[in-house]
Amino acid sequence: MYVAVKGGEKAIDAAHAQLRRERRGPLDVPELSLAQISFQLKLAVDRVMAEASLYCPPLAALAVKQACGDLQEAVFLLRAYRTTLPRFGSSQPVDTSSMRVSRRISATWKDLPGGQILGPTFDYTHRLLDRSLSRTEGAPDTSAPLTEEKLNVKNLPRAMSALNAEGLLEPAADTSSCREVADLTRRPLELPADGPEDRPVRLQTLARADEGFLLGMAYSTQRGFGAVHPFTGELRRGFVELVITPEELDFPIVAGELEMTECDTVSRYTGSAMPPCLTRGYGLVFGNNERKAISMSIVDRALRAKELKEPVTGPAQNPEFVLLHGDNVDASGFVQHIKLPHYVDFQAELSLIRSLREAGKKAADASPSRGERS
Amino acid sequence: MMTLQQDICNDTRKKTPLEGYNFAYLDESTKRMIRRGLLKAVAVPGYQVPFAGREMPMPCGWGTGGIQVTASVIGEEDVLKVIDQGSDDTTNAVSIRRFFAGTTGVETTTHTAEATIIQTRHRIPEHPLNENQILVYQVPLPEPLRWLEPSEKETRTLHALEEYGLMNVKIYEDIMRHGAIAMSFDYPVRVNGRYIMSPSPIPRFDNPKMHQCPALQLFGAGREKRLYAIPPYTDVKSLDFEDYPFEVQRWEEPCALCGARHTYLDEVVLDDTGRRMFVCSDSDACAENRARQGMTEVSHE
Repeated sequence: MYVAVKGGEKAIDAAHAQLRRERRGPLDVPELSLAQISFQLKLAVDRVMAEASLYCPPLAALAVKQACGDLQEAVFLLRAYRTTLPRFGSSQPVDTSSMRVSRRISATWKDLPGGQILGPTFDYTHRLLDRSLSRTEGAPDTSAPLTEEKLNVKNLPRAMSALNAEGLLEPAADTSSCREVADLTRRPLELPADGPEDRPVRLQTLARADEGFLLGMAYSTQRGFGAVHPFTGELRRGFVELVITPEELDFPIVAGELEMTECDTVSRYTGSAMPPCLTRGYGLVFGNNERKAISMSIVDRALRAKELKEPVTGPAQNPEFVLLHGDNVDASGFVQHIKLPHYVDFQAELSLIRSLREAGKKAADASPSRGERS
Repeated sequence: MMTLQQDICNDTRKKTPLEGYNFAYLDESTKRMIRRGLLKAVAVPGYQVPFAGREMPMPCGWGTGGIQVTASVIGEEDVLKVIDQGSDDTTNAVSIRRFFAGTTGVETTTHTAEATIIQTRHRIPEHPLNENQILVYQVPLPEPLRWLEPSEKETRTLHALEEYGLMNVKIYEDIMRHGAIAMSFDYPVRVNGRYIMSPSPIPRFDNPKMHQCPALQLFGAGREKRLYAIPPYTDVKSLDFEDYPFEVQRWEEPCALCGARHTYLDEVVLDDTGRRMFVCSDSDACAENRARQGMTEVSHE
């Protein structure tokens, strides 16, 4: 016998208690500390900070722990916290030219002022499982300790400035034509967002977009859905100072340092609106995330199709497509909302299908010669 | 603009039951921004007002638009009811009700008549609403033309020009193909003779309840960042043709629990031989009916 379902509250409580137990796992395994997550799973923490648009390694580490390592869930946790924070001012634009660089490469020049600095990278590692890492206790630490000097190259000249001088590279965007940089989290995105003056809000959207989504979009342009043929003009990673001028003081102060990854790509302009030249794409992301910075710069370039009068042939060139579908908090929530009960709609569909079939059957019975049942 | 200092020192912040958060979770300037959007929505019935939706501590697509609307209009004296699929006891309704109980401390109820604010997903309560009530809808996709035109830029233009030929053609094609208008829920309506509006995914059974409703009806789409509204006593017409008038769903049998004949019924599968029964989707209305008839409340507990 069916009875009206009650007990939702109890079920939720029980489910959450189970989740807490599952998060902790077997009690004979030591519990993860936030410091371990911050330092040993740093790239996970960086990704969460970037997509949550909140630079705070301890809170991002907490989110990673609370989300059992589900990084999109961690992004969501941190975003939901970020949205409650008061805005007490805007920083000055970060000056990436004076970045304290830990890695800087250019794929367009063999050597360049300041040199190539390979730095810590997975590039050129052989992806062979390192069994020595499976031993955690008593293993001697063979790596050299991190020294500050090694990470202290500052004020490197920009790789692209050589092209600038010759006039082969389109000039950096004239920021005076751009709208005041809108805060996407405080003002809704206005479409079509396809003009040069919309580039700041596009870049802001890309900076917090899902890494996987951007990667796929960038990849699609390279395979032919939208023509971008990028070169990595410069990729740099390191620490920049965050400078603010508080309302009550009339001079700027340094609030702290952020780690950021910046990517400048150049690609040959194949359209007809400008003389042959190189065009720019730009990527800038919190933390260490080269995959995303590069993807972002390619997608940024692809989204300038209208401005540069290029034919729009791929989804990555369509601002509405890219900007509205790259946010993983939005996407993950909406895709998974089909887990919620839909009895009412489903019932409505059932009764519609039944009535349509019934009507179709009656019509067919009435005129059997027609035989049209579809 | 309220300054940060005022916001932090706001009295409501001191009174909030959840430490560290403002009354009803959102900060006061956000609430004001949303209320301004709602005022515009009320002034232009059925028009979708863009607003800067916030991230909420629940997932997008799970009611964040409705939650933001409720959070912006709720006060300490309000009595809140939350339903999902017509029921107060579905998991997401429980979760949202708890959220507001925790962040506002307001009284909650399951009785439609007692509530001053009713947040709903997918249903309008069977009990008629009154002038002192606000019905807040959770909206997944606010754009009724979206399935006919994927681009937001285009659909906004179509609304601005009142160019609704696409929708008429869709309905015409339905009739040609199926002999009936093949939309069972989220059935588009025309509000105040002007804008075509999505009623949210309520079954079309509920559409007539929107027409000349004494209560204020507010719609929030969090992920899509849109607000819209139907002021009290506004004409709301479900789209149709004169020779193919709009019809609501009907069932052959009454509710198996309370015997009601004119309510929306959910189908419940009873066993693996395919036996099924039909029961009221509005659990509060069903329980009231049974109480009136002197039947005892049944539950799993």
